[in-house]
Amino acid sequence: MAEKVLMKGNEAIAEAAIMAGCRHFFGYPITPQTEVAAYMAKRMPKMGGTYLQAESEIAAINMVYGASSAGVRAMTSSSSPGISLKSEGLSYMAGSDLPAVLVNIQRGGPGLGGIRPSQSDYFQATRSSGHGDFHMIVLAPNNVQEMFDLTVEAFELADQYRMTAMILGDGMLGQVMEPVDISRGEAASNVTKDWALTGTKGQRKRNVINSLYLEAEELEMLNLKRFEKYADVEKIARTDNYLTEDAEVIIVAYGICARIARNAINEARKKGIKAGLIRPVTLWPFPKNQLKTAAEKAKAFVVVEMSMGQMIQDVELSIRCSRPVHLCSRTGGMVPTPEAVLEAIENAAQAERS
Amino acid sequence: MEIVFQRPKALSDVSSHYCPGCTHGIIHRLVAEVLDELDLTGKTVGVAPVGCAVLAYNYFECDMAQAAHGRAPAVATGLKRANPANIVFTYQGDGDLAAIGTAETIHAAARGENITIIFVNNAIYGMTGGQMAPTTIPGQITQTSPYGRDPKYAGFPLKVCETLSTIDGTAYAERVSVDSVKNVINAKKAIKKAFEYQIAGKGFTIVEVLSTCSTNWGLEPVEALTWLRENLIPYYPLGVYKDKEVF
Ligand SMILES: Cc1ncc(C[n+]2csc(CCOP(=O)(O)OP(=O)(O)O)c2C)c(N)n1
Ligand code: SF4
Repeated sequence: MAEKVLMKGNEAIAEAAIMAGCRHFFGYPITPQTEVAAYMAKRMPKMGGTYLQAESEIAAINMVYGASSAGVRAMTSSSSPGISLKSEGLSYMAGSDLPAVLVNIQRGGPGLGGIRPSQSDYFQATRSSGHGDFHMIVLAPNNVQEMFDLTVEAFELADQYRMTAMILGDGMLGQVMEPVDISRGEAASNVTKDWALTGTKGQRKRNVINSLYLEAEELEMLNLKRFEKYADVEKIARTDNYLTEDAEVIIVAYGICARIARNAINEARKKGIKAGLIRPVTLWPFPKNQLKTAAEKAKAFVVVEMSMGQMIQDVELSIRCSRPVHLCSRTGGMVPTPEAVLEAIENAAQAERS
Repeated sequence: MEIVFQRPKALSDVSSHYCPGCTHGIIHRLVAEVLDELDLTGKTVGVAPVGCAVLAYNYFECDMAQAAHGRAPAVATGLKRANPANIVFTYQGDGDLAAIGTAETIHAAARGENITIIFVNNAIYGMTGGQMAPTTIPGQITQTSPYGRDPKYAGFPLKVCETLSTIDGTAYAERVSVDSVKNVINAKKAIKKAFEYQIAGKGFTIVEVLSTCSTNWGLEPVEALTWLRENLIPYYPLGVYKDKEVF
């Protein structure tokens, strides 16, 4: 039976993690994600779990590294400057093939930046969340229900592929309150973790969690194998489309920007412009094929994002620049208005006609 | 014939990569003997550092994790919190623990994290080729203190046991040395006590072991032991700095 609860986005993430069987949360406060930690601090002790406030984001991600090494579902959450500090640990986790869930409720940057919503960590999340050759799964919710659902899914994917999975939200999604059906969280599967460090009990050979390979050939082979796995992960790439069937101008937007874009698309349709929305739900793997297919029919693309233009590169790459791609963006914590998006749609349609 | 001496079971049957005369080998052996004597190997998870002991995961016959530079106490925290029934130890050098990992060490102690740290203080960065460590003593010549460490310029060495003994969460902190048979025996006693305290759930335990780096000190192995005795011990006095049971 559907059980709807009114929740903040950040709380939905925390509740979903608990329902997915996560009993180990390590964090450090930073706006605008602190409710995740506060929720965990309240719930975890009652569930027989751990909420531990680390001395830094660096320590928190390394505690996740330790807990994940022990085979349990572990999680940390932060916002932009804190994610930068976690990048060392993320790279080590990738090098050791450890699963975990990481939340980034983005704020404006660079530096201390601001605390208002932003999407300016897209490159960091999808291109380089640390040194070395590796990827993370990056999921982008656009409402509170999805913050819940995708968090549960993130734990499943992380275990399935032995990778870190990131929920990439923004300050606005973190703070917004919406009804959530939390009955969907129960179906947590359990992958066997025979690699985990639980003590040999004299029953098996020792397990080692490690990312050091001094032989270049061996390391290359491992990286190649990991990229074979990534090729398999490509199949989880997905989008959520709105009015794309006949669309001539396609908006590509994720997170809160996608919700704003929908309003603008409705307005554009009233004015006779065939506009539609492709919303990538997975940012890595990026839904390249879905965009390539759309480019066969569409005349132009408009990318709406709260950064100086980061996801636009993935859109251009996916369609191999076969159509004009326009950018409609705000930065520093500013949120694009539906009017500005409508104007961008009109301009793109106009440019196509002339 | 009666066997009177053999490799501890907790130590793998492989040759180590440590330089001839390096006391890392002795310290490994002591930890392994203690694991054997307390019958802990099957329930122990060790954490290897970044530094000469990075390959410790090849040498201890228990489950092992390799941590980023300095982060071993945080990794150990995660391991212990996930599975409190496991015995968790880290094995760290002075660059690892007292420079890049200072925060992780102090806060693991402050939380009274029920883990054991084996802290190998050789007053230098071994693996990267002999640079100044936070524990390099005044006047000591290293690659990056070529005129001898001048505290006015490079600051003072960190005294780890003294510092950690002021923290309430520290259950046991002792500094030992492996320069002589007597001291080696004493070092083993300290390591055993630290693990026993962890088994009893008493909290954070650390054994600081003064160790040699003959290679980077530029001394013959025996000279290195003498240098340790004559220079490191006076600066870093041996003894128990914190024992929750006693004071
Ligand atoms: C983030 C990071 N910085 C620097 C290094 C390079 N590094 C490797 S070992 C080491 C020094 C280790 O010295 P110590 O902890 O004293 O151990 P020892 O080698 O003397 O046993 C350094 C700086 C690294 N691996 N990672
Ligand atoms: S470099 Fe120094 S610390 Fe490292 S193995 Fe050699 S002697 Fe030991």
